[in-house]
Amino acid sequence: MIDPKARDTILRSLPNFREKLRDLREIVLANAVMIGEIPAPTFKEDARTRFLLDRFTESGLQNISCDEKGNSTAIIPGTRGKENILISSHIDTEFSAAIDHTMNITPDSIRGSGIADNSLGVAVMASLPSILEKLDIKLQHDLVLLGAVKGLGKGNLEGLRFFVNNTPLKLKSAICLEGVHLGRLSYSCLGMMRAEIICSINEDHNPDQSAAIVALNKIISRIMEIRLPQEPKTSIILGGISGGKAFGKPATKARLRFEVRSEKTGMVGEILNTIQTITEEIDSEELIDVQLNVVSRNKAGGIPFVHPLVQNTRAIMKGLNIKPRLAPSVGDLSAIISKGIPALTLGLTTGSKKEDDFEYINIDPIFSGIAQLLGVILSIDQGVCDDED
Amino acid sequence: MTKIEKWLDDNTFHHGEFWDILALVKEKEKKGLKISLCIPTLNEEKTIGKELVIFKSELMDRYPLIDELAVIDSGSSDQTREVAAAFGADVYLSADILPSQGFKRGKGENLWKAIYQLKGDIICYVDADIKNIHPRFCTGLVAPLIYRDEMQYVKAFYDRPLAFSQGIRPSGGGRVTEILVRPLFSLFFPELTAIIQPLSGEYAVRREVLEKIAFPIGYGVETSHILDVYKEYGLDAFGQCDLDQRVHRNQITLDLGKMSFGILQSFLNRLENFGMVDRLPEMSNFYRQFQAQENRYEQVVREIVEEERPPMIQIPEYREKFGIKS
Repeated sequence: MIDPKARDTILRSLPNFREKLRDLREIVLANAVMIGEIPAPTFKEDARTRFLLDRFTESGLQNISCDEKGNSTAIIPGTRGKENILISSHIDTEFSAAIDHTMNITPDSIRGSGIADNSLGVAVMASLPSILEKLDIKLQHDLVLLGAVKGLGKGNLEGLRFFVNNTPLKLKSAICLEGVHLGRLSYSCLGMMRAEIICSINEDHNPDQSAAIVALNKIISRIMEIRLPQEPKTSIILGGISGGKAFGKPATKARLRFEVRSEKTGMVGEILNTIQTITEEIDSEELIDVQLNVVSRNKAGGIPFVHPLVQNTRAIMKGLNIKPRLAPSVGDLSAIISKGIPALTLGLTTGSKKEDDFEYINIDPIFSGIAQLLGVILSIDQGVCDDED
Repeated sequence: MTKIEKWLDDNTFHHGEFWDILALVKEKEKKGLKISLCIPTLNEEKTIGKELVIFKSELMDRYPLIDELAVIDSGSSDQTREVAAAFGADVYLSADILPSQGFKRGKGENLWKAIYQLKGDIICYVDADIKNIHPRFCTGLVAPLIYRDEMQYVKAFYDRPLAFSQGIRPSGGGRVTEILVRPLFSLFFPELTAIIQPLSGEYAVRREVLEKIAFPIGYGVETSHILDVYKEYGLDAFGQCDLDQRVHRNQITLDLGKMSFGILQSFLNRLENFGMVDRLPEMSNFYRQFQAQENRYEQVVREIVEEERPPMIQIPEYREKFGIKS
């Protein structure tokens, strides 16, 4: 039975949390900067994992460990420790170690590669022990902190999947943290498939030396002709294209990276079959090789909008004047939801992570973002988010 | 083992030796020491925020190692002072400190006035332009002073090579150190060549030393410090700590020329003060550089004898060949 008094007490405490959190500004920002300046491209997250493990050790956490996939985990013990609440942040970024990882701080913002996706998320997770201590918050359940590796792109959520598939801990609920955008509330996942199509020619046998790009162009045109349903929402995103090396040198290889998303179970598979037929057709028509490689796949799923976890989170956001943006996830959430664990993804501040723009986060909204996180953790801990059905 | 080799073994550290900040805090408290961290600034709005956030979080909030975090500004025209205040530093305008002594514009002025303004038994100076700031820029410098009572002055040095192909790599200071200061020290104060980067802007010093030495306000402050402390306390008063990499903006050659000119002024002033100008010591023929293997540093000593030939006109064969008489 959900205790309405507990819910009201949590809601009333949120503005006070937000003010007290300002005293911890340097702790959170220093973590964000130090984590952000450690390069962690997917599959090469070791240095960032070491940093996180050191932070867990300094905070006196329990069960600090690094699993065989490289995930860093630790437990903040609760007073009863009956069940576990998982807080997860992917620690990998899209940026190679070769690029400048310097973070720049002004009184209002932090700028730097990967700060929004997802150094801030990791930093807030690493700061949670200090935050709970400073705000004198004692949880009944254990809080499990997970710095998940191999999350992005070809990593295909490998670290998080490994954890949820192999942990002996009973997970009551989970919260995935993303740096931006504050107000993000993802409680369901789209079915998703990421793939690449590579067209390549053998220069000795193909007189048309522009064939790689021409063939890829034909494939793209055919993909654009695929009829997609308006409802349930389905889309094909052409994310990246590359090929060739110079103005005057014919390209022998061309590559397309794309993603298919759908709210309907099975729809992504149907579209994949259609695209596969197109690639096979072009492959047999032309003197070229066409390869279709599926990089990652997630199934659609999630908890319903009326689930108490969603409804309470909306109330918490409202209490902090955060406008909820309901958006299905294609990321970490799917690995957790696939195990039947109620889970959410939350954003922590405003900012930008657009590809062509320099990434930045705004500092002041972080305190609302963390207060929101504390509200959701407390609500889960006190049973306010339990699904009574 | 020569004195320099022994000093390198005993008084050269790596910041990794002092990873246990909690132990450092306990030792500091046991000895009743107070530590002030001072960042001298002039138009550093882009980097000062990050330095303050890292130092305050890691060395004040998380571990109470430093008791005072201060920015002493020469009169920046950008937002340096506002940014520093926003991140919780004690911000001072150099001109406002000790007004009876007037104001001179220069980094050395800020360092000097810090002695008056700040309260610490140890003052750790850190430049404001470090892009890869980290707590080690303070812990590596104050730790030897906390653990070793006889040590007075600890300087930072950094590993600079961009690439090397074998286990042994050349190591040393920046361009001005290698072209000007190390040759001067090799000639006149060979023991001081053991200090790998005498011009580094990061160092920690005990108050009782700082209050007794003069401060050139410009580029010569580090060189003159080393000479004065050496004269008063000897080589054993120094320590040096390897802080790994330091990323900062590079100076253009014209600026290095100005820096060298200032350093040379200070150096020659010291020679005069020490009564060495008209009594120059026998100049050494040995030039001392460094090489490093992993975390071990050793001096490479090369004998460089600048022999001279007389004017050709003094050579009899020459005179005979060209018919030069008397």
